[in-house]
Order: sequence, then C-alpha cells, then structure tokens
Amino acid sequence: MAPRFFRHGPSLLTRLVFFVMLSLVLMAVDARLKYLAEIRQTLSVLVYPLQKLANVPKTLYDGVSEFLFSGHLAEENAHLKQQHLVDRGQIQQLRALEAENAQLRKLLEAAQRVETKAVMAEILRVPHDPFNRKVMLDKGSQSGIQPGQVVVDDTGVVGQITRDYPWASEVTLITDKDHSVPVQVVRNGLRSVVSGTGKDGALELRYLAVNTDIQEGDTLVTSGIDGVYPPGLPVAVVSKIDRNSTNVFARVTCIPVAGVGHNRQLLILSMQTPVTEIPVEAIELKPESRKR
Amino acid sequence: MAYADHPRQEILLPVKRSFIALTLIVALVLNLIPLQNVALAAWPDFIALALLYWCISQPQLVGISIAFGMGLLMDIGDASTFGQHALAYSIMAFVALVLHRRLSNFGPMKQAPQIGLILIAGQFIILLTGLLDGSHFPGWDFFLASVSGTLLWPFLSSMLRIPQKPRSDTDAR
Repeated sequence: MAPRFFRHGPSLLTRLVFFVMLSLVLMAVDARLKYLAEIRQTLSVLVYPLQKLANVPKTLYDGVSEFLFSGHLAEENAHLKQQHLVDRGQIQQLRALEAENAQLRKLLEAAQRVETKAVMAEILRVPHDPFNRKVMLDKGSQSGIQPGQVVVDDTGVVGQITRDYPWASEVTLITDKDHSVPVQVVRNGLRSVVSGTGKDGALELRYLAVNTDIQEGDTLVTSGIDGVYPPGLPVAVVSKIDRNSTNVFARVTCIPVAGVGHNRQLLILSMQTPVTEIPVEAIELKPESRKR
Repeated sequence: MAYADHPRQEILLPVKRSFIALTLIVALVLNLIPLQNVALAAWPDFIALALLYWCISQPQLVGISIAFGMGLLMDIGDASTFGQHALAYSIMAFVALVLHRRLSNFGPMKQAPQIGLILIAGQFIILLTGLLDGSHFPGWDFFLASVSGTLLWPFLSSMLRIPQKPRSDTDAR
C-alpha cells in the first residue's frame, strides 16, 4: 500500500461530478417526491442545538432590554389591565352570542362549527433564503405539532406547518409562491382561492372574471371548505384591482392581514374534529342495503 | 505587513483537525443567527468563507465531500430545497481546490477579489436553482452577501491563521 501522502482517492473532477449529481438528485427528489423527510429529521437533530446557540444573543438582548426598560412595565401593566377589562366585557358578549349561535344552529340542524385548540410557539429563525417564505418555530412533533396545522397570530392567518422536526417545525407563510388558502369575501360570500406571490406582503386572487363583484378594501376570511383551515379566520384585504377588459381575468392584489414577519409569538391551531363528517344517513343506510 | 506580500515565507505549524471542525461549526452557528431585513441580506455566508479558506490552505484535509456535508446542514437550517447549498458549496470547493496553489501565492488582500468572484459564482448557482424551482428574482441586494464576504476575507483569513503561527521566543526577536 502506498504511503498516506501518495493516496489521493478519485480525481478532483470525478469527485465534483459525483457530488454535483448527488445534489441534483437530492433536489429533484426533495422538490417532487417528498421522500427525504426522515433524513431531514435526523439531520435537524444535529442542527437544532446550533440553532438554539445562534439564538442566544437575541434572547440575551431581549432579556437585557426587558431588564433595563422595566420602568415601562407598570405602565404596560395598567394598560393591559384596562385592555383585559374591555376584552372581558366583549368575551361575555361573545359567550352569549356563541350560545345563541349554537341554539340557532341546532334549530337549523346545521353542522357545529369546528372547535380549535391552540399551542403557542416562538419563531426560532427566519431563514436567509429569498426563494421561500418560511419560518422555523420552536415547537415540534414532541409537542404534538403535525404537518398541515394552521398558524395564526393575533390578527389573522400566518401560514401552515409543512414539516415537523422533533423540537422544531417549519411554517410555510401564506406569501410563499406555492401556498394557497381557500377564502371567502366577507361582504358577499364570494368564494375563491388566494395564492402567495413569493413577495413580502402581497397575495393574489387568481382566475376571477373581470366582472366579478369584488371591491378594494374587501376583507377575505378562510372559507373552511378545504378541511385544513378553520372557517372565519381573517386572511387578507383587497388592495388593488386591475380590470383590464382585454384580459379574461381581473388582476386582484391583496395585503395579508397578519403581520407576516413582524411577530415573535405565533399560535398553532389544531382542529379537534374533522370538518367533513360522514353523514349519518350514509352510515345507517349501509346495513339495510346489504339486507336487500 | 511585509509577510502579506510574501506569505510563503511564513512557516506555519500543522493545523489541528479539531480546529477545522470547530471553525466550521462556528461558521454554521454564525449563519444561523436570526436577523432581519438589510442585515439579513448583507450577512456574509460564513460557511462558504471557512470552506474556501480551508480548501486553499489545507486541500489535503478539507475537500468537496466536507463542503457537500456542510451544504446539507445549511439546507436544513435554511429550510431550503435539500441539496441547493450542497451543490453550490461543492462547486465552490472544487474551484478553490483547483486554484489553491495559485491563490496561496497572494496575500489576504490580493486574494479577496478572487474570493469574491468565487462567492458570486456560488450565489449564482443558488439563484439559478431557486429560479428553476419557479421563484421570482429576489433583487440585486441578494448579492450583497458576496460583497460583505469579500470585505471580510482579509480579516477572516488572518484570524484563522493565528493558531498555526509558531510561538515566538523572546530571544528570537
């Protein structure tokens, strides 16, 4: 065997070609086939402590500034107490309305609205990647987070969990180019799908005819017909409509309601009951049809 | 700064593998620091810089395979398409390995523009893969990271050299 100094292995070009092919295959598989979840999860265990470490300066800064500016606390506390009182009054009203709503729905024999459970999570990191609108949260499958869950802030929908790691999860924001949310216009109940554009703070309503009844300032809320998003969450406000009669479709631009990218804390919602249940009649009919 | 023009005259101690590993881990942590807006756009790619430094100064120890591995870790941290950074880092490491004899003839200041070209090439590969995936062009400030990386190179390469400097005795002066 040759001494260590003379052993070189395959040539540089061979190695380059090998690794280039490998990464091209990985990219194709990751983009199209989604087979790599396990590998990503394993590697994420390695990266997670480093991510926590990289967050230390920011956490320290937050702690120190909180300590230094604790004079604001009393003021903030008073303000929050006042806000709490106002909110409590409104919640009591809301409870009454909820009870009334439940009663009315029973009368109409309509389906109950979906109950949601929320888990609070903090943004771990906003990736340095101009091609994807994603953020990492500090709660993962260990806290019961699953792909498909909806992420909201105090004003509206932020995005959806697309990957879960043991102690972190990846949220695709509604502004991501590959992300769409089924929505409804509050004013007239018009249903559509709002899609991300890949740019910050811009969404798009595609394939709406030029003469569609939609106005600037219309609020869009989730319609809930997809079974992923609970109905009634605010998503966006229509900001610009371009009705060019030479085109088949109007160009409708919207601004997301939620402060996508401005928040530290977010809520992860999980639906407790599926939206579309099997109708009772269908279950009852089955044995009868067998008898016949 | 006489040695800057003749770095070959400086005899360095052999580098420890643990030190290389440490610098790469520190670079990964620096890349993962949460930032916003302009700072995020102008934050240099520390992994690329560290990989380039080690490929030029220690081509026997650090090569394309380590660059590929670091790229995969960066893809996890960035939540980007698996293999995007791995591809860019592999090609950057290849260029550095091919040019390492030529590059080590220059001092850190004269290396910087050449390193800048390699950094831009690497970012261009990432941009190309992003565009092929159907993204919009993110704007020219995307390349700010290469500019800041180029400016940082002289400091970084002289810093990474410190542990390998022989301890000078008092009577050697």
